[in-house]
Amino acid sequence: MKKINNDGSYYLNPYLGGVMLGTVLLLSFYISGRGLGASGAVKNSVAATVNLVAPHHVEKSAYYSQFAGGEKRPMSNWLVYEVLGVLAGAFLSGIIFNRLKLKVEHSPKITSRRRLIFALTGGIVFGFGTQLARGCTSGAALSGMAVLSLGGYITMVAIFGTAFIAAWILRKNWI
Amino acid sequence: MIGPIISSGIVSPAWDSIFAVLLGMGFGFALESSGFSSSRKIIGTFFGYDFVVVKVFFTAAIVASVGLLYLKYFGLVDFSLLYIQPTFLTAAIIGGIIMGIGFAMGGFCPGTSLCATAVGRIDGLVFFGGMFIGVFLFSESFSLFENMLYSGSLGAVMINSVLGISPELFTFLLVLVAVGMFYGAAWVQKKVKKIEY
Repeated sequence: MKKINNDGSYYLNPYLGGVMLGTVLLLSFYISGRGLGASGAVKNSVAATVNLVAPHHVEKSAYYSQFAGGEKRPMSNWLVYEVLGVLAGAFLSGIIFNRLKLKVEHSPKITSRRRLIFALTGGIVFGFGTQLARGCTSGAALSGMAVLSLGGYITMVAIFGTAFIAAWILRKNWI
Repeated sequence: MIGPIISSGIVSPAWDSIFAVLLGMGFGFALESSGFSSSRKIIGTFFGYDFVVVKVFFTAAIVASVGLLYLKYFGLVDFSLLYIQPTFLTAAIIGGIIMGIGFAMGGFCPGTSLCATAVGRIDGLVFFGGMFIGVFLFSESFSLFENMLYSGSLGAVMINSVLGISPELFTFLLVLVAVGMFYGAAWVQKKVKKIEY
């Protein structure tokens, strides 16, 4: 009963996709003893880049020095490898489900330019938030929820609750 | 084999990065094939025209939670070796609120923006690039937020112990809530005007 779109792409049943995602998460705990994530790789990349450009600045910073500088190798990190896998896995899925295409996806009521400005700002805001909450929707919320961490549930409610209100305020961008 | 097989020393830690890539591939494949590379499909949850986020996210949460309980029950995983995120109340709430705003503006979260980038969505790439700026801004202004980051520390506390119930009962209630949401989502989706995307 799969619905094939006009461009020939189609999606997996969401419950099947959820079971697949849950199984990968479970395997991650069983194999590596930790959940999945995404923002941690960005944090390590930023710390590594700043360390390359200004190593003294990293040494003096109470934040960067936790991840980079000295003997630390921020790019040789579990999450960095995992995120490379995410790119490869999503690319593979894009081939199988016919979705590889270079484009800016946006509502017909707004311009590509507006969409990109909001995507950039959204990324900046989201990236900032991940550092406060110690992880994103996958690392803090989903992985935290799987091991019944209180913080995981709180972060999940805060993200989705706020996004629900903010999406309605910004609805002209979407619908 | 009692898991986690890397931390307990059954499998050499050298394999950890290889497993990281493979697990990441499974993660990316599951997200993209469910439709998480499309911001308009993701954001549909908030307007009621597509609940893929609710369906995939909560199915994954109950599969992993129930799965971990079974592994524990059969003695197949040593819970003391699992990484459980410590809870810092203030930072978790404020960080979550900031992320929620970024989510509604950009239409992605970090993992889904990567998936969108992988299939050629330029808005996904731009969001992902923006995250580097956001992380950089936080790191540079760390001294301003240091107190907030560490306030409200509760340690690695579990939600079921806060509620005073067993992990099994909590997980059972979580399954009930999730199934309730799946039915609710199907009901709302039928009432809402279809949007082409």
